[in-house]
Amino acid sequence: MDQPIVEIRNIKKTYKRGNYIIPVLEDITFDIQKGEFLALMGPSGSGKSTLLNLIAGIDKADSGTIRIGDTEITTLSETQLAKWRAANVGFIFQFYNLIPVLTAYENVELPLHVTGLPRKDWRDHVEMALRIVNLTHRMDHYPSQLSGGEQQRVAIARALVTDPTILVADEPTGDLDRVSAEEILQLMERLNAESKMTIIMVTHDPRAANKAHVVKHLDKGILNYDNSEASH
Amino acid sequence: MIILKLLIRNAFRHKLRSCLTILGITIAILAFGLLQTVLTAWYSGIDASSSSRLVTRNAISLAHTMPLSYKEKIRMIDGVKAVSPGWWFGGIYIDRKNFFPNFAYEPASFLEMCPEYVLTTDEKLAFIKDRKGCIVGRKTAARFGWKIEDTVTLDGTIFTGKWDFTVRGIYKGKDKNTDETLFFFQFDYLNETIKKTVKQRADQVGFYFISVKDPDRAAEIATAIDKLFKNSYAETLTESEKSFAKHFLSMMEAIIVAIEIVSYIIIIIIMAVMANTMAMTTRERIGEYAVLKTMGFGGRHIATIIFGESFVITALGCILGIALTYPAASIFSKTVGPAFPSFIVQPKSIYLDIAAAMIVAIIAALVPTWQAINIRIADGLRRIQ
Repeated sequence: MDQPIVEIRNIKKTYKRGNYIIPVLEDITFDIQKGEFLALMGPSGSGKSTLLNLIAGIDKADSGTIRIGDTEITTLSETQLAKWRAANVGFIFQFYNLIPVLTAYENVELPLHVTGLPRKDWRDHVEMALRIVNLTHRMDHYPSQLSGGEQQRVAIARALVTDPTILVADEPTGDLDRVSAEEILQLMERLNAESKMTIIMVTHDPRAANKAHVVKHLDKGILNYDNSEASH
Repeated sequence: MIILKLLIRNAFRHKLRSCLTILGITIAILAFGLLQTVLTAWYSGIDASSSSRLVTRNAISLAHTMPLSYKEKIRMIDGVKAVSPGWWFGGIYIDRKNFFPNFAYEPASFLEMCPEYVLTTDEKLAFIKDRKGCIVGRKTAARFGWKIEDTVTLDGTIFTGKWDFTVRGIYKGKDKNTDETLFFFQFDYLNETIKKTVKQRADQVGFYFISVKDPDRAAEIATAIDKLFKNSYAETLTESEKSFAKHFLSMMEAIIVAIEIVSYIIIIIIMAVMANTMAMTTRERIGEYAVLKTMGFGGRHIATIIFGESFVITALGCILGIALTYPAASIFSKTVGPAFPSFIVQPKSIYLDIAAAMIVAIIAALVPTWQAINIRIADGLRRIQ
């Protein structure tokens, strides 16, 4: 078996609320293989978004290690993490989080400003990303001129444009109607199948989880069980 | 480039709020610029003073006089070029609201000492020859429609009675700082008239106006003059024309300080308004900054966006404020008339406007930037939900 793209070992995370220390993740250990499509499920407050944030390098664990590719991200400083994220992580949010004053094209171009990619190549990358999500005809539109599904597709293009190592998605269909949600899931499924993109997705929606190769369930910060390759 | 686009578009994202903030800054900069111009105008007399001229007055105060006999003694001191006795006359033309400063001087020495009042040779000779002659600045002449050979009557306040003068010259200033509202007449006319009416006040002098041959020796000559009259019944205090003007203005120092304080309070108020605007915009966009940080944008980028937005709004307000200062100063100058004979918007006022605007922009953006940079990404993203 190949070396996993993500290795999570004994991760613990707590939050402090006033005088109380609330455990969020308890001794989480698992691997994610390259090209895997993994869904993290669990009730609200189970710690799935926190785990996703730790994997994406936007939060820090209290203890344990996370290795993505060749980099142990738990030892990186904030500045090193920012650089690492720019090169290795594409993030898809539940509420799209596009910048309203930038066009679809500019939103997709935004992450390229913090990568080392030469400026002359930017246009090709942006157009390619928009082509993948089938939105080249809406590139000059502002987010307010796009539907929810289209905005999420722009967000996916923005996540893809840097050609990241992993794509993390926090409830990417949570704010969409059924049809749009299905389109987004199909798009993610296609990305995973055609580009062998490693995708880690947090979701409440069993239909969304059904698209994943591996589904892991968290409850009260503990990895309860998984049904690897459950749907395939 | 995208950062520049972002900060400019962000500045006008909430159009009403941005426009109201820009309007506030415009008014603040306009008020600040005008008040600074008032202060500059107030001190313009000092700036226009010559370093080669001294003023001698009674050591007790300006209200106390000195004997006319001091004139020759002063003239004899080594280094003194010319001396003129002088009086602040305080005459009123028809009504108190028609105020303009009027002084009595010895004409020949006064004209020699003051080349900044530009007159033709004929005008100078006519003034010197006519005991009841006067010369007047062109602004005052224009204000009352006076022409050469017109008779002007002033009501004396210090020296009571009606005083008739014949306009013998209308001077213009050598440079823009020269006061063109003044009125000068002959000391002898005043002295000889009061000899007949208030004998005990005759042959007295309010101050002596002195020019020196070498400005570098002015301090030494001032000391020599005061030494000469030490232990006399009217001891003297001699200072440079600049110091004298400062001393004169110091009587109104409280007003000047109040104007200065008000001008800075205006800037502090607009700083608070601008800080509030930036705090609101940053709070609204904290999720967006978190998204940018997720993508790998650093504190430097976030700071550029927030400071840039603050600078765009402040710069627009500042430009509009400066543009409006000129017409406003012109209207103000026409309204207050001779109270500020040299009411000109100086480059210094504009530099102060720009400096004030920069300080407002920087201070208003400091705390929001610190908050945006230091917020945890996860907390920032949670604000969106």
